[in-house]
Amino acid sequence: MKKLLIAIVMLASSPAFASGGNIHLDHADVDITDQASLQRGAKYFVNYCLNCHSMKYERWQRMLEFDIPEDLLKQNLMPSNAKPGDLMTTAMNPDDAANWFGAPPPDLTLEARLRGDDWIYTYLRSFYIDESRPFGVNNIIFDKVGMPHVLWELQGMQKAIFEEHKDDSGHESHVFKGFEMVKPGKMSTEEYDQMALDLTNFFSYMGDPSKLKRHSLGIKVLLFLLVFFIFAYLLKKEYWKDVH
Amino acid sequence: MSALQNMVGWIDDRFPMTKVWNEHLAQYYAPKNFNFWYFMGSLAMMVLVIQILTGLWLAMMYKPDANLAFASVEYIMRDVNWGWLIRYMHSTGASMFFLVIYLHMFRGLMYGSYRKPRELLWLIGMIIYVAMMATAFMGYLLPWGQMSLWGAAVIVNLFQAIPVVGEDLAVWIRGDYVISDVTLNRFFALHFLLPFVLAALVFVHIVALHKVGSNNPDGIEIKKGPKGNRWSDTAPADGIPFHPYYSVKDIAGVIVFLMFFAGIVFFAPEGGGYFLEAPNFEPANPLKTPEHIAPVWYFTPYYAILRAVPSFAGTQVWGVLAMGAAIVVLFLLPWLDRSPVKSIRYKGGLYKGFLAMFVIVFVVLGWLGTQPVTDLYTLLAQIATTLYFAFFFLMPWYSKADKTKPVPERVTK
Repeated sequence: MKKLLIAIVMLASSPAFASGGNIHLDHADVDITDQASLQRGAKYFVNYCLNCHSMKYERWQRMLEFDIPEDLLKQNLMPSNAKPGDLMTTAMNPDDAANWFGAPPPDLTLEARLRGDDWIYTYLRSFYIDESRPFGVNNIIFDKVGMPHVLWELQGMQKAIFEEHKDDSGHESHVFKGFEMVKPGKMSTEEYDQMALDLTNFFSYMGDPSKLKRHSLGIKVLLFLLVFFIFAYLLKKEYWKDVH
Repeated sequence: MSALQNMVGWIDDRFPMTKVWNEHLAQYYAPKNFNFWYFMGSLAMMVLVIQILTGLWLAMMYKPDANLAFASVEYIMRDVNWGWLIRYMHSTGASMFFLVIYLHMFRGLMYGSYRKPRELLWLIGMIIYVAMMATAFMGYLLPWGQMSLWGAAVIVNLFQAIPVVGEDLAVWIRGDYVISDVTLNRFFALHFLLPFVLAALVFVHIVALHKVGSNNPDGIEIKKGPKGNRWSDTAPADGIPFHPYYSVKDIAGVIVFLMFFAGIVFFAPEGGGYFLEAPNFEPANPLKTPEHIAPVWYFTPYYAILRAVPSFAGTQVWGVLAMGAAIVVLFLLPWLDRSPVKSIRYKGGLYKGFLAMFVIVFVVLGWLGTQPVTDLYTLLAQIATTLYFAFFFLMPWYSKADKTKPVPERVTK
């Protein structure tokens, strides 16, 4: 009798639509309460991403929630002509962008909700040298990506090691084995991983900015309902004494 | 007489207020042995109210325009005070409405609530279910994400498979040759209208229920049993007044449900990607087909049936017909069940086995509908589809052949 219920709960609790095929995604240890990480993520986003990618469904003032003082926000992060209540648009013309990159760079407001935290974290760390591509780089989890490796000066340039496999029918396939650093960047691997995590953290927060408020309110709502339930249950019991 | 009594009397002379109250609540005698499954009716009504109220507030901020719709949803989520709460309640409410209704319908299956004299009650309920599906389908287009657009495109294209009139019918539904701004606009209008049609249908459903009286887990007609209880000499002995007994019981049930509901709204509004699908966080793009199009979970059993049927004689209409038949066959249930007893409590192993199989098959089809097509999954879906229809079409036989137990005179606890 209760099978249907159990099955539906089980269905609802498993991730439904994983993207990216069979490539393994590295786990991003995201913590949207880590204000320092969010501040760094905001800085990296404004400096490295925002020139091409917009975050046009969100406003500058959202970053005040990372404990960034308003004057610092205005001086260091926002364009000089913008107001805190403005949307985080980009100056790039979409038609130009399509010419330069093959497709206009997507808006990133909801990137973490669309692809997941782990995907962003892995993507930022998975560019490799591929001379056949227009910008000389490709990405392990986003084949033939149109984006250049914007962070290469920091990460350095790595090449991907593939193993050749032949199955029984003689079909050849490349299996990705790992990266090898060819030209080190300004950051160590640990520093760069932390930077990727800070950015991921930032995207995760901006994708669903009500999350922290939602969780704290949710606990209060559940506690209220619990207390309400005790009284409702006692009321029911009192009335049902009549029923034999 | 007090002023209040005077006022009630004044109204009663002009409108049957006290009469309606008594007939439908205070002196409506419901069987005293309702169990867990009997919460679902009142819960479904509450979810409908939640959907209408949150939907009304969303409509105050939403813009049904292909250029503005996606951004207006994010505006609600980010800039409107408590907008995120209203929107998550609405998106969670859609899934909860179907969950509750599926459990409500399963209750009917278990206890034979569709059997004489409740055939019309079941039919009205089925009309409500179909209206709900239409409402949910049109509502899902409104956020104007990738899955909104492509999900709607796939479903409306089904109508194209209908011979002769198909093409014209699909254009008539869309108002265009593809899903476009025109479609979005009309779906918004209809999505706003249909909930009120639903509310009216629910009213008719309850009027029909109160005419025949509620069934119960024993499947016994309490109206045919002995008369007289502590509230009335003429009421069924096994009945209790709906108000206050079931009203206070339903309040407790509502709170438990709301805890479950709040758990999703506040802590897992995406429902693991089943309530809010990840691809729908990308704006609709008619030039970019998603790798994998899956409807929301409550439609996936039918979607799996649609995909399970291969096209032949140069048309895909067979899958569409099978999908339609999977819903139509539910309407026929009152006339397929030939068992001498109503409730599963007194039915034999044969019926229980078929019902258990049906539940498993429905869940398996639901899961398959979310998955990409592979040879194995298609075969599984074909087997499950066959079993789905076997449950209904073999019912006249197995419900009759089943070894039933004797039904007691009075309801049990």
